[in-house]
Amino acid sequence: MEHVAQHSDPHYDQEASKLGMWLFIFTELLLFGGLFIVYAIYRFLNPEAFQMAGHELNLTIGAINTVILLVSSMTIAMSTSALQKKNKGLTVLLLEITVMLALIFLINKYFEWGVKFDHGIWPGSEHLLNDMGHGEVLFFGLYFVMTGLHALHIVIGMIIIIVALNKVQKGTVHADRPSLLENAGLYWHLVDLIWIFLFPLFYLIH
Amino acid sequence: MQTVSQLPDEVNYLDYKGKYKGIFAWIFSTDHKRIALLYMYSMLTMFVVGVVLGLAMKLELIAPGKTIMDPQTYNSVFTVHGVIMIFMIVIPGLPAVFGNFMLPIMIGAKDVAFPKVNLLSWYFYVLGAVLVIASVLFGNGAPDTGWTFYAPYSFKSGTNLLPAIFGAFVLGFSSILTGLNFIVTIHRMRAPGMTWFKMPLFPWSLYGTAWIQLLATPVVGITLVLVALERIFNIGVFDPALGGDPILYQHLFWIYSHPAVYVMILPAMGAISEIIPTFSQKHIFGYKAIIASTLAIAFVGYFVWGHHMFTSGMSGTAQYTFSILTFIVAIPSAIKVFNWISTMHKGSINPEAPFLWAVTFIFVFMIGGFSGLVLGALATNVHVHDTAFVVAHFHFIVFGGVGFAFFGAIHYWFPKMFGRMYDKVWAKVGWAFFTVGFLTLYSPMFYLGMMGMPRRYYDYLPEFHAANILSSLGSWVMTFGLLIIVINLFRSAKNGAIAEINPWHGKTLEWTVPSPPPLENFDEIPVYGEKDGPYEY
Repeated sequence: MEHVAQHSDPHYDQEASKLGMWLFIFTELLLFGGLFIVYAIYRFLNPEAFQMAGHELNLTIGAINTVILLVSSMTIAMSTSALQKKNKGLTVLLLEITVMLALIFLINKYFEWGVKFDHGIWPGSEHLLNDMGHGEVLFFGLYFVMTGLHALHIVIGMIIIIVALNKVQKGTVHADRPSLLENAGLYWHLVDLIWIFLFPLFYLIH
Repeated sequence: MQTVSQLPDEVNYLDYKGKYKGIFAWIFSTDHKRIALLYMYSMLTMFVVGVVLGLAMKLELIAPGKTIMDPQTYNSVFTVHGVIMIFMIVIPGLPAVFGNFMLPIMIGAKDVAFPKVNLLSWYFYVLGAVLVIASVLFGNGAPDTGWTFYAPYSFKSGTNLLPAIFGAFVLGFSSILTGLNFIVTIHRMRAPGMTWFKMPLFPWSLYGTAWIQLLATPVVGITLVLVALERIFNIGVFDPALGGDPILYQHLFWIYSHPAVYVMILPAMGAISEIIPTFSQKHIFGYKAIIASTLAIAFVGYFVWGHHMFTSGMSGTAQYTFSILTFIVAIPSAIKVFNWISTMHKGSINPEAPFLWAVTFIFVFMIGGFSGLVLGALATNVHVHDTAFVVAHFHFIVFGGVGFAFFGAIHYWFPKMFGRMYDKVWAKVGWAFFTVGFLTLYSPMFYLGMMGMPRRYYDYLPEFHAANILSSLGSWVMTFGLLIIVINLFRSAKNGAIAEINPWHGKTLEWTVPSPPPLENFDEIPVYGEKDGPYEY
C-alpha cells in the first residue's frame, strides 16, 4: 500500500520486530511443550517399552544430525555478525552453508525414517499395531509426530533463511536494517533448541 | 494533554482511495480500522449462521420427541453452532473488532506494530471459517462431536471432522497473531508520556488477553493436530485401544479452552470499564484495582481447567485444588463489579444505549458468575454436570458477557467508527427486546438442569415441556431484538445524523480525533504530560 511505502522508514522499529519474534518463539515452545508433556506422561507410564524402543533408533545418525544443526546455528549466527561488519559476500556464503546443512539434516532424516518404514514401522502400521505392545505404539507414534513436526519446522526455517538470503543479496536487508536476518537466526536457533531436547529424549535416555 | 489539531480536508479512512479499487481496497488494506471492519462483517456473517443453528435447536426442543430434525442432525447442529460461536465469534470478537480499531487510537499510535501480520490474521480467520463450513457441506455428514472434539469419539466418528479440526487450528493461529501484534503494539507504540498506568483500561484488558492468546492457544493447537493425526494415522496417543489416554486429551484441551473463556471475557470487561465512567461522567473507581484484577484473572485462569473434568476421573486432591482455584478466580471478577458500581455511585448518569448494555452486562455476568460457583463446588457439580444448567451458565457468561459487552461497545464506538449516530430510540427498543428474550431463553435452563434435563439431547421427558416452551419463545424474542439492533445500525451507518467528534464526552484519545478517523489517526502524535491520567473528569 502506498501509505505504508511512504512511511515505512519512520515506522521501522527493530526492537518491535525482535519482540514480536520472541513472542512467536514462546508460542512455538508451548506447541512443542504440549508434546513434551504427552511424551513425559507416556514415558512415565511405559518406562520399559520406551527404553526398548529407544534402542531401535539409530544413534549415529541422530548424533550426526545434532552436530549438523549445532554447526548450522553457528553459521547463521556468524552471518549476522558478518552483516553487521558489512561483509555482504560472507553473509551470503554463511547463509548458503546454513541452508545446505539443513538440507543434509533432512536427507539424513529421510534415510532414518526410510529404514523404519522398511522394518514395517510407521504410525498405524500393521506390524506396529499387531506385533508390538502399547508402549512401543506410543513411542513410535510420538517419535514420528515429534520428529516430523520438527522436520516441518526445519523446512519452514529453510524457507525463511532463503528469503533472508535473497534480501541480503538484493540489499534490502543490510547492517542498518538487519531485522529479517536476525529473526531468521532466532527462529533457526529455536529449531535447533527443540532438536537438542528431542535427541536425548528419543535416542539417549535408557 | 495537547489538543490534537486536525486538518479539515483530511480524508477519513472510509473514503480514502489507495492503490486498489472496490473490494480490494479493503481486503488488501493494512489499515487497522479497515481490518477491524473486515473482521466485523465476516463475524456478522458467521454469527447469522450460528444464530440460525441456535434457533433450530430451540425449535427442536419446543416439544418432546422429534420436532424438526432427527438426533444425528441435532448433534451436528449443536456441534457446528458451538464451533462457530466459540472459535469465530466470542474468542476473536472484541479484540479483533474493537481491539483492532480502537487500541492504536487509544494509545496514540498510527497503526498496530505489524500491519501486514494483522491483515494476515484476518486471512487466517477466513481460511479457518471456510474450512469449518467445508466440513459441513462436504464429506459424509457434518461433525457431531460437540465443539470440544473429545477423544476417543473425535477419531471414531465417521463424520467429516478433519476440516473442522484444521479450521479450529487455523483460527487459533489467527488469534495468536492478533495477540502477538497487540503485545508488541502496547509495548512499543504508546504515545510519548503515556506510561503503563496512564493507559486506558480497554488496552489494558487487551494486553492481558493477548498474553492468554499467545501462551494458551498453541497447546490446543498441538492437541488438535494430535487428534487429526490420530484420525489419519492411528498414532495412539489418545486412543485407549492403543494404550493412549482420552482423559489426557481433556486436560490438554481445557488447558487452553478454559483460559480461552478469559480471552472472551477480559476484553468485554475492558469495554465495560470504558463505557461506565463515560456515561457516569466520573473518574473510574479503582483504576489500579481493575488492572490488577485483569492480570490476576489472566494468571489464575491458567490453573482452573480441571473444573471441566470433575466427573471425568481425577484424584480427590486434584479436585479440591481445582475447586479452590475456581473460587479464587471469582474474586478478581467480583472486584471489577464493585469498581463499576462504585464508579456509578453519585455519578451524573446518562442512560444511553451503551450504558444500558453495560449495566445489563453486569447483571447477566453476575448470574453467570454465581452459577459458575455452583458448578465449581464439587458436590453440586456432580448433580448438574452435563445438564442444561451448564448450558445456561456458559451462555450467561459467554453470550451474556461477550454479547452484551459487544453490543455495548458497538453502540459506544459506532459514531466514531462510522461518523454517524444511530437512532437512539430504536437502539433502546432493540436492547429491551434482546434483554427480555435473553433472560427468557436461558433462565429456564437453570431450572431444567437442576431438575435433571441433560444437555445435547434432541429429546426430553414430558415433565420438562413447559420450561422448554418458555425457553424457545425467548429465543424468538431475542432474535427479534437482534434484528432491530442490526437493522438500526446498518441503516444508521448509511443515513444516520452526522456524529460529533465526542458525542458522549469521553476522555480517552479516540474522542480527540475526527469521526470517522483519518487514515493515520493523528496528524500529530499526542503527548501525555505529568498530570494527565487515563480518565480526567
